[in-house]
Amino acid sequence: MKPDSTSSCGCGKNACSDERPDEPSQVRRSLLGVAAAGLAGVLLAPGVRLIEIAQAATPGVATTGANPKVRWGMLIDSTKCTPGCNACVVGCQTENGLTSQPGPTDTQYIRKIEIKEIKTGRTASLPMMCQHCADPPCVDVCPTGASFKRADGIVLVDKHTCIGCRYCMMACPYKARSFVHEPITNQKPDVPRGVGTVESCTMCVHRVDRGEQPACVVACAAAGYNAIVFGNLNDPDSEIAKRVAQFNTRQIRADLNLDPGVRYQGL
Amino acid sequence: MKIDLRQLKGSGPAYYLLLAGLLLVTGMGLGAAWHMEHSGHIVTGMDNQIVWGLPHVFAVFLVVAASGALNIASMSSVFGKTAFKPLAPLSGLLAIALLIGGLVVLMLDLGRADRLIVAMTHYNFKSIFAWNVILYSGFVGLVLAYLWTMMERRMNVYSGYAGLAAFIWRLLLTTGTGSIFGFLIGRQAFGSALLGPMFIVFSLSYGLAVFLLVLLAISLGSARPLEPGMQARLSRLLAIFVAASAYFVLIYHLTNLYFAKQHGLERFILLDGGIYTYLFWLGQIVLGGLLPLLLLLHPRTRGHSSMVLLASVLVIVGGLAQMYVTIIGSQAFPLDIFPGYSISSSFGDGVVAAYTAKLPEWLLGLGGCGLVGVIVLLAIRNLAFVPQRLDRFPTEPTGTEAAH
Repeated sequence: MKPDSTSSCGCGKNACSDERPDEPSQVRRSLLGVAAAGLAGVLLAPGVRLIEIAQAATPGVATTGANPKVRWGMLIDSTKCTPGCNACVVGCQTENGLTSQPGPTDTQYIRKIEIKEIKTGRTASLPMMCQHCADPPCVDVCPTGASFKRADGIVLVDKHTCIGCRYCMMACPYKARSFVHEPITNQKPDVPRGVGTVESCTMCVHRVDRGEQPACVVACAAAGYNAIVFGNLNDPDSEIAKRVAQFNTRQIRADLNLDPGVRYQGL
Repeated sequence: MKIDLRQLKGSGPAYYLLLAGLLLVTGMGLGAAWHMEHSGHIVTGMDNQIVWGLPHVFAVFLVVAASGALNIASMSSVFGKTAFKPLAPLSGLLAIALLIGGLVVLMLDLGRADRLIVAMTHYNFKSIFAWNVILYSGFVGLVLAYLWTMMERRMNVYSGYAGLAAFIWRLLLTTGTGSIFGFLIGRQAFGSALLGPMFIVFSLSYGLAVFLLVLLAISLGSARPLEPGMQARLSRLLAIFVAASAYFVLIYHLTNLYFAKQHGLERFILLDGGIYTYLFWLGQIVLGGLLPLLLLLHPRTRGHSSMVLLASVLVIVGGLAQMYVTIIGSQAFPLDIFPGYSISSSFGDGVVAAYTAKLPEWLLGLGGCGLVGVIVLLAIRNLAFVPQRLDRFPTEPTGTEAAH
């Protein structure tokens, strides 16, 4: 039988849709089946090729990287820290280009906390910032690996791969992270930031890599308190290592066993 | 018994009116997402204390309900309750639609929603979120394959295997969703292995409530009366799931009440947490638990479609209240950075965080629900998802279930 050019569906069978109601639905089912299988494949194996492309290194660019033998840390002597003094906070804001009068949606890398022991009434004042944990929960939970720990213990956020899910903010027991809620202008060249991404104290990594002290440490010393000591915890000859060995210091929420790089004295 | 699935034909103006309404809601949600993307999260009520707001409440609810919506299909394919077989495709459709709706909200609430490709190409396998990206996409893939085996006659023989795989996957998926919270050490309300299984039980209840709502709406809208026996079975099942959810909530709070370090949190949720206390007792417990149980079990109400419909709506309302308390209440309660000390700072330390959702968040959350509706409406109109008749179902081979 010759194909009938007048058939409406083009299958060559005259009025097939009227006489054989099953066929179009079979075709549709087959098409749907193929589509479903294809989509399932796509969904089950997301972007294997894309992973290769995205993770390809830039050729010809060599970096020295952070020194794994170093563990940068800070020791904060709360007996030298004065209530009402905000020098470290101002130093941080100036260095990193942060707003000086932060509201609830503004970033704070470092903040002053006043604490009072409920039973005894004893008070203390201290700065709180990213504690640069050895086992950082923010790094554990980050889906893309944007939250990462350098080999020298500094915990950072890769602004290029942060998708702004804020899971790290949920995970941090120190509430050390902020989310950039609106577009930013007049950024500091050393401290790239971006709307829709999460950020926190970088331990002034740009200064540390130049061999300088973090801005809060410098500001505290300039204010005459010298309450913050910065250095290499792994170097037994460093001031911080000696003081940590000599005095009774503590890590905040030590019960969580995160091994923060920031320690406190006199609490 | 031959199962006759058909597209919904001859839909009247009510269908198109509903579709138009849902498209409008979806469109407004997309507009809100564009506004948030363009201006930043400053246009929402979220801040650095409440980092997950109302969109997460909707998104997590939809994702949890998605796995639960697959219940009915699992009942027939995995547990051999053949009476549910005609409803299995609709169950699978709802599971996919709910998951897509939830994921779209979750994705559009990202600070950088434009970096979806980054989320798909960079995986930190220690992150529960990264697991969930795989669990979610795998779920859609598996349920699609499962639907194919159910709806394509040649593939029917594989339906049992696909159903079993989808069932196991849905258990993993909801464990993953609960573990987003369960694996957080910092916040007192979380950090419990109970959250994974608790979310599975919640999902059974929320998913079945959504399924019943859609089924009864289809039954009403297309003049296909639902067999009273089937309605009774589904109602009883929902009552069991609601009761099981309440049991898990009870154990969760009893455990916390036993630990002195959790007393502050429990006092906040149960006694003096303002909106969170109201939402817990009035929303989650009374509207989402006690009232549906009463409607579903009381001899004077349990046989009425309208009462079952009302009970389903209440379970959904209670589910949203539960998510609000779980997600936002736990962030509003201050972090215990210095146990045994009272603390204060410029960053909201030591005080209960304030949060009021703003319009873009409501629109985005509701937009996700609208999208679920659009997907379901278009699918049942154009594909054979709904049984031709809802007034008769296959009898169980054992005969014991048929007696109910």
